Amino acid sequence: MTSLPTDPSAKKLGLVIDLDICVGCHACAVNCKEWNTGGHSAPLPDHEPYGADPSGVWFNRVHAFEVVVDNGDSRTVHFPKSCLHCEEAPCVTVCPTGASYKRADDGIVLVDASICIGCKLCSWACPYGAREYDEDAGVMKKCTLCVDRIYNTALPADMRVPACVSTCPAGARSFGDLGDPTSDVSILVAARGGYDLMPEQECKPTNKYLPPRSRKNGANAENIAPAAMEPPVEPASLLARMADRILSL
Amino acid sequence: MHPAKSVILFTTASGAGYGLIIIAVLCDLLGLLPRGSAVTLTTLGLALGLVVVGLLSSTFHLGHPERAWRAISQWRTSWLSREGVAALWTFLPVLGWGWFRFTNPDSATGLESGLAVVAALSAIGTLYCTAMIYGSLRPVPAWSNRLTPIVYLVLGPMSGSILLVCLSKVFGFESSMIDGIALCLVVVSFFIKKSYWRLIDDSPAISTASTATGLEGKVELFQAPHTGSNYLMREMGFRIARKHSARLRNICVLVGFAVPAAILIFGLVGPAITALSLVALIAAAIGLVAERFLFFAEAKHAQSLYYGESSV
Repeated sequence: MTSLPTDPSAKKLGLVIDLDICVGCHACAVNCKEWNTGGHSAPLPDHEPYGADPSGVWFNRVHAFEVVVDNGDSRTVHFPKSCLHCEEAPCVTVCPTGASYKRADDGIVLVDASICIGCKLCSWACPYGAREYDEDAGVMKKCTLCVDRIYNTALPADMRVPACVSTCPAGARSFGDLGDPTSDVSILVAARGGYDLMPEQECKPTNKYLPPRSRKNGANAENIAPAAMEPPVEPASLLARMADRILSL
Repeated sequence: MHPAKSVILFTTASGAGYGLIIIAVLCDLLGLLPRGSAVTLTTLGLALGLVVVGLLSSTFHLGHPERAWRAISQWRTSWLSREGVAALWTFLPVLGWGWFRFTNPDSATGLESGLAVVAALSAIGTLYCTAMIYGSLRPVPAWSNRLTPIVYLVLGPMSGSILLVCLSKVFGFESSMIDGIALCLVVVSFFIKKSYWRLIDDSPAISTASTATGLEGKVELFQAPHTGSNYLMREMGFRIARKHSARLRNICVLVGFAVPAAILIFGLVGPAITALSLVALIAAAIGLVAERFLFFAEAKHAQSLYYGESSV
């Protein structure tokens, strides 16, 4: 049924992504691809992976943005993005067959590939571009929040987190229950001012982003400008230095 | 948005088919549609033929056409599902109406007129559902506005009325009333489409690269996730036609509205020329395909903010 759960549990599993920490190494995207091409929605096809125009299905992609503020100060922000497992998921309600659904137990949004007709409307309904169509299988695919890892008792307990979280070398990604205000992720979001992407689209995303911290010591474009730099002075003989002085007059 | 041929054909062909049903019912109730079996068969055959071509075209673009029957199950939430239900339902009153006209060549019964009205209302409902498939998508501001359903609800009957004008000339039941209805619909469609274009040109942006990332300041894509393209960029990042949108809008206005209007006016004041009304039909068809192409090509999707677009 593609109605949203009428009686959802308080549990809202999701990710918290710290834009202050992410260094844009793409390890999360690569490990996501590696796990999921053998997981719940396997395979994640690639076309011409070694050709001139490679293309494939990825559940997690790392974008990078340049942000320029009023005083001319700029910074690069690496921006990983995957499905946000929205509370008001428009991709679920537009589905004509019931293939797209949101789990009442934990809020994970999934696709039942066995009844998906491949109409692509869910990918049109998602403002975040979280759904990718598998042209080979003719069905829509998306981030499963590694539903096949997080409940997998065959894995050691510390591995039962999404592949992107387990692999992040910088600790920029956290996984947990955002519906529980006492959970580590909820405390982190409250402490750092975590926010929703595109709140105006009214999807109420579960995943939260933490903003980059402001720079230390008030560093900005003016006081770290390259004007302070002078070319290094090479060792010179007394005669050369005197000539330099005279010529500089 | 990528203007897929199958979806352009689906919306224009089924729009013309449902439009023809609506206008044929209107003319029938006004006593303008003769009860001959040739007229009934041709009119309804043409209308349902266009509807079937449209529905088949939309079905064959699916990844799994053999599962298409599942699409009628989620009418509680999905406009696509409602469209499927409404489209299938509409066959019943239309075929019933046609059956009564076919078997009672002399006069209409109350039941027949009732079925005709139900057929027209069902066709209007189906057109509305088609429009709302697009009109309900908040990430595409050019679609999720109040004018999208109105555009679909006038353009379908407009193409249907021009079809009926052609049939009236071919079968010799032409009347200035039918021509007049068609002319009114062309003029109304023109003004509604013009205001739609003004609306999408003037509407302030709903989402920006800044709201998409939650970052404050001037936010620009610095590096795409991959060097190559992907499904999202191909499906929702279509940019080519936007360069030509002004020219395509002019083609749409000139060929889709001005030429049919001029021919209809000539038909009202001058002699009835069947070939001219066929020219009007072909012109309207070309204009509406251009209009529908633009409806997709000009629409920007919010997810393109992650691929270099600055606002939608």
